[in-house]
Amino acid sequence: MYELLYDIFGSEIIAMIIAACMPLFLFILPFALIAVLLERKVSAHMQDRLGPMRVGYHGILQTIADILKLIQKEDIVADTTDKKLFNMAPVLVFAGSYAVFAAIPFSGAFIGSAADVGIFFIIAVSSIVVAGILMAGWASNNKYSLLGAMRSAAQIISYEIPTALVVLSIVMLTGTLSLNTMSIQQTAYFWNWNLFGGAADGFVQLLLLPFTVVAFVIFYISSLAEVNRTPFDIPEAESELVAGYHTEYSGMKFAMFFLAEYANMFAVSAIAVAIFLGGYQSPLGYLGNTIGVEWLIPYEQLFWFTVKGVGLVLVQIWLRWTLPRLRVDQLMTVCWKYLIPYAFVNLIIIGLISLI
Amino acid sequence: MKQYLKNSFDGIWTILVGMKVTFKHLFKPAVTIQYPDVKLPMADRVRNRLYVNMDDCIGCDQCARACPVNCITIDTVKSLPTEDLGKTSNGKKKVLWVTKFDIDIAKCCYCQLCVFPCPTECIYMTDVYEFSEFEREDLNYKFATLTESEIVEKNANFEKMQAEKEAKKAAAAKAKAEELAKKKAEEEAKAKEEPKTDNADNKEQPDKE
Repeated sequence: MYELLYDIFGSEIIAMIIAACMPLFLFILPFALIAVLLERKVSAHMQDRLGPMRVGYHGILQTIADILKLIQKEDIVADTTDKKLFNMAPVLVFAGSYAVFAAIPFSGAFIGSAADVGIFFIIAVSSIVVAGILMAGWASNNKYSLLGAMRSAAQIISYEIPTALVVLSIVMLTGTLSLNTMSIQQTAYFWNWNLFGGAADGFVQLLLLPFTVVAFVIFYISSLAEVNRTPFDIPEAESELVAGYHTEYSGMKFAMFFLAEYANMFAVSAIAVAIFLGGYQSPLGYLGNTIGVEWLIPYEQLFWFTVKGVGLVLVQIWLRWTLPRLRVDQLMTVCWKYLIPYAFVNLIIIGLISLI
Repeated sequence: MKQYLKNSFDGIWTILVGMKVTFKHLFKPAVTIQYPDVKLPMADRVRNRLYVNMDDCIGCDQCARACPVNCITIDTVKSLPTEDLGKTSNGKKKVLWVTKFDIDIAKCCYCQLCVFPCPTECIYMTDVYEFSEFEREDLNYKFATLTESEIVEKNANFEKMQAEKEAKKAAAAKAKAEELAKKKAEEEAKAKEEPKTDNADNKEQPDKE
């Protein structure tokens, strides 16, 4: 993608800026538009309601109307806030979740940064979000915000451990840190996905199968906690903390938090897809190979990546409207007493098997 | 250890059970209605906004007197004998011009007590329940059908009639008084003459005895 842009514009800087903005305009903004509506419609139908119905056919333009409203709103900064931190926090949170997209391979032709340490970079850079959230909570000078931010920090830092352990076990299995290489390894059909034991030989794959499934479940649960989704939404528990760390924010700054949340939802889904679900590879072979149209393949890959990612986001939404919120001690119990031991045992077993 | 594994299994299993439930509900038809477009049918005897059918109102003021919160104000003026106000639908003759029929629905307590005394059944509860306003004054519904100028005219007519009546009455009273005075004078005159006859009678009586 970068080379193509370089050929078109003949300038490295322009090509780089455009390439850097591509995920934002191609993925995050349209995805946030669709996901917000999707969440509202899915939640409504799960509760035997209809959800937004007024704006456009069955409310499909509702999110656009909401954005127009948010743009018009006054940007309120309370007197006693720490102005610098207050204004910086939403940007930092959004930057943290946007940076994750730099290393995500959307398609064979659009792999973002092809860094060899892709997954490592993602785990490292997504921790900036915690700093942003803590800044928001502290600078708001509001006890609810601070409580939300503290809970969020405790939660995200705790749940990074099982995530990292699971990712480590898959890294041991595949022998690479690059998400693009991982995706390439899971090519061909869906039984080559890491979820089903990876592209190993028959016997080893069968041996690995239960443990990779467990790894996927652990990764999914802890990624839910990392993006503050229900049942792990205690940082923004609206029935306890008003809105958690973004209580004091309004207008476009609130929209930034909101956008970051949905970007994060897609980001963790994309990482799960790249690690476990074959990345951008088609589960059933490519139409482009069958009918002999080579240029179609990257688009097909983009399509499959989006479908898998949005599918996982749908499961996130589904879980959100199924489960009640965990208490703080339950949250920590799930992480430290269940996920981490399982992830650790899993790591050791997968390590032993991959020695074979 | 056994408990630990059971806990883990229960955790995953109950989540799957819950997800199955929500997934089933995803395809159930909505139980809600699209309110402003679709409305729930109201019961037959609902008590909502009051309405007055002014064609039937005879201005008898009974509803206003029945109202426990005094939200109905009625002003009437008598019609001229020559004017024909028509009849109500149940055959009562209308004789009063209703110049003011205000119902302050903000005060109304929806007790329906005003409905029962009405002799022509012209005031009743409807099933209209959406009548919010921005100003409280707008909730003071005015039902009188007469225009301002008509009200002035009817009042003037009535006063004129009243004045004429007064005048007639005064004239009649005067005439009566004159007649009375005349009569009195005559009587007095008669009384002056009478003693003679009296005396005559008196004189005669002993004779009879």
